[in-house]
Amino acid sequence: MDLSKFIQYIASGTSYTLGVTLIALPSGLILGLIFAIIYVYGGKIAARLMNIYSTIMRGIPPIVLLFILYFIMSGNINLSPFWAGSISLGIISSAYQMEIIRGAILSVSGGQMIAALAIGMSRMQAIRYIVLPQTLRLAIPPWSNEAAIVIKDSSLVYALGVPEILRRAQLISASTQQPFLAYTTAALIYFALVLMTNTLLGRLEKSLRIPANP
Amino acid sequence: MGEWLNLFTRYLNDFLIGAGVTLELTAIGLTMGFLLGLGLALSKVYGSKPLRWFATTYIEIFRGTPLLVQLFLIYYGLPSLGITLSQSLSAYLALGLNSAAYQAEYLRGAILSIGNPQMTAGRSIGLSRWQTIQHIILPQALRLAIPSWSNEPILLLKSTGVVFLIAVQDLMAKAKRAATTTYNPIGSYLAVAVVYLAMVFVLNALLKLLERKARIPGLEMTGGKGTY
Amino acid sequence: MVNQILTIKNLTKIYGDNIIFQDIDLAVNEGDTIVIIGPSGTGKSTLLRCINLLTKPNGGQIWLDNEEITREDVNEDKVRQHIGMVFQNFLLFSHLTALDNVKLGLVKVKKMDKAAAELKAFQELERVGLSDRAHHFPGQLSGGQQQRVAIARALAMDPRIMLFDEPTSALDPELIGEVLEVMRNLSLAGMTMVVVTHEMGFAREVADRIVFMEKGSIVEQGSPDDLFNRPKFQRTREFLWKITELYGKKEQEK
Repeated sequence: MDLSKFIQYIASGTSYTLGVTLIALPSGLILGLIFAIIYVYGGKIAARLMNIYSTIMRGIPPIVLLFILYFIMSGNINLSPFWAGSISLGIISSAYQMEIIRGAILSVSGGQMIAALAIGMSRMQAIRYIVLPQTLRLAIPPWSNEAAIVIKDSSLVYALGVPEILRRAQLISASTQQPFLAYTTAALIYFALVLMTNTLLGRLEKSLRIPANP
Repeated sequence: MGEWLNLFTRYLNDFLIGAGVTLELTAIGLTMGFLLGLGLALSKVYGSKPLRWFATTYIEIFRGTPLLVQLFLIYYGLPSLGITLSQSLSAYLALGLNSAAYQAEYLRGAILSIGNPQMTAGRSIGLSRWQTIQHIILPQALRLAIPSWSNEPILLLKSTGVVFLIAVQDLMAKAKRAATTTYNPIGSYLAVAVVYLAMVFVLNALLKLLERKARIPGLEMTGGKGTY
Repeated sequence: MVNQILTIKNLTKIYGDNIIFQDIDLAVNEGDTIVIIGPSGTGKSTLLRCINLLTKPNGGQIWLDNEEITREDVNEDKVRQHIGMVFQNFLLFSHLTALDNVKLGLVKVKKMDKAAAELKAFQELERVGLSDRAHHFPGQLSGGQQQRVAIARALAMDPRIMLFDEPTSALDPELIGEVLEVMRNLSLAGMTMVVVTHEMGFAREVADRIVFMEKGSIVEQGSPDDLFNRPKFQRTREFLWKITELYGKKEQEK
């Protein structure tokens, strides 16, 4: 058995894994950002609704939600498992990202909003120019945690048959009778992906840091 | 809607049995994870250099790879090394080892928060290091950790959902069976979603109760910078 | 002919069961520096926040330049462009430099052209003596410097009236002077100001009128000379004695 071919086969699943992640994470971010703003600034009823959304989406195991959303989507639109799975993971992640962003918005001091209003800014302007820039900085550490989770949860689309890293490891372990090697390889690839993401986001956080005297 | 309720009640018994397995998996995984996690946390805070290195590496690896991959590695991979475990055992092991890595971080944070001043106080009345850890630091640290640690049982409960992929007969496995028998996948998975929500709800309430009972007035998480 | 810039009539504010203040009447003429004094918790800050509509009063009316700003259909954002406010905790925008803090309102609210805004922002920073710190972030500035930037930020909007809510209460003692100096110069230059403070030296020297508030109403008001030397009420006398002991004595000893 050719080791390099072995590893290559499994590694080729990385494009699918990355694809799923790069669809799920940003869509989760956009939805999460909108929901978080509604949650914090949208008034009592909106906040209640968002709270219910959050409780339900975060109380059900991702694999269950994945299946539900997948079957709903593929029943009504002609989507491949890859797309259906990715979008579903994005929707699931949006609930977690909403909570992260909400937490960050709330820790940007209320005084910032007041100061913005005091110079004549409208609420929308205050949110856009004062609160959000600070929020997004504060959100990076917990968000990089969520990014790592999405990379790992992308392995769930294995159950939908998407030929990502884990599925490939399984296929080649069956044909070469080398399951330990196959799954270890898969684990190492995931590990590398998570490590790279954490490093990149750590650098991002550093570069965005606002200078202050200790 | 009526049709869905029909499905729900028809399979309720099955689902409850599956839920029982899920809870069992959670309990065993949580306990294993706690014992191992505590060991890892103590290693990281008080251990020798090699021990610290081991703990850090362990935590990095188990938090940096998907649970599903760990599960497959144990169930499908180990046999080729001569270690064959049953489905249930593989599931317990995977869940336990995985959870340990996360619990280690919660516990470590709490231990550091209590940390140095209390250690100094314990040593100053003649207790050995280990005695101080056992009788002074841990009792406080464990209480302190409860609020943040409470995330873990719920996360663990949710993550058990993947074990049906190695044919463990948990709630998800029952859902799959219902789905294939009734040709109603959406209905089946929605039904178990409700059961999972119920379990999470109850678990959450229990944890809140635990938190309230264990609280010591005045004991709160600090920045963890003991100055002695 | 002096303009009455701010007129307050029958203003009342209630939180739940607490009456913060009731039936407040106050008139502020152009160029006046009004200093409001009184025990903590008498609603002085709340009064200020009602003036620039950050808080809604439960009753009464406020006119700014003969326009009623407490009416139903008022555009609050627009009104706040004409009222400058300086807070006890500075509340600078932590993610922006000093220059950008001052510039932001000009660009986004007054829709000024960027170059013109930058120039004006610089001038305002110069006015408070901080043009050399223009590119520092709030975290790199001392408390006194931050507060001066906050003043510049408010001034940049060319307000009709400036409100100061205990501007020096959060400052270390040695930093208070630089802020009071800026405020004094502002007053001498003719800015209309309402200041809530415990700084009795400032009140005596700079105020045109001192207003003494206690338990939610104005007890008396008058020139510093009148209030300090010929107070009409025992409560006024007592309060001034207590606080002058603490804050003003060192002014007398100078």
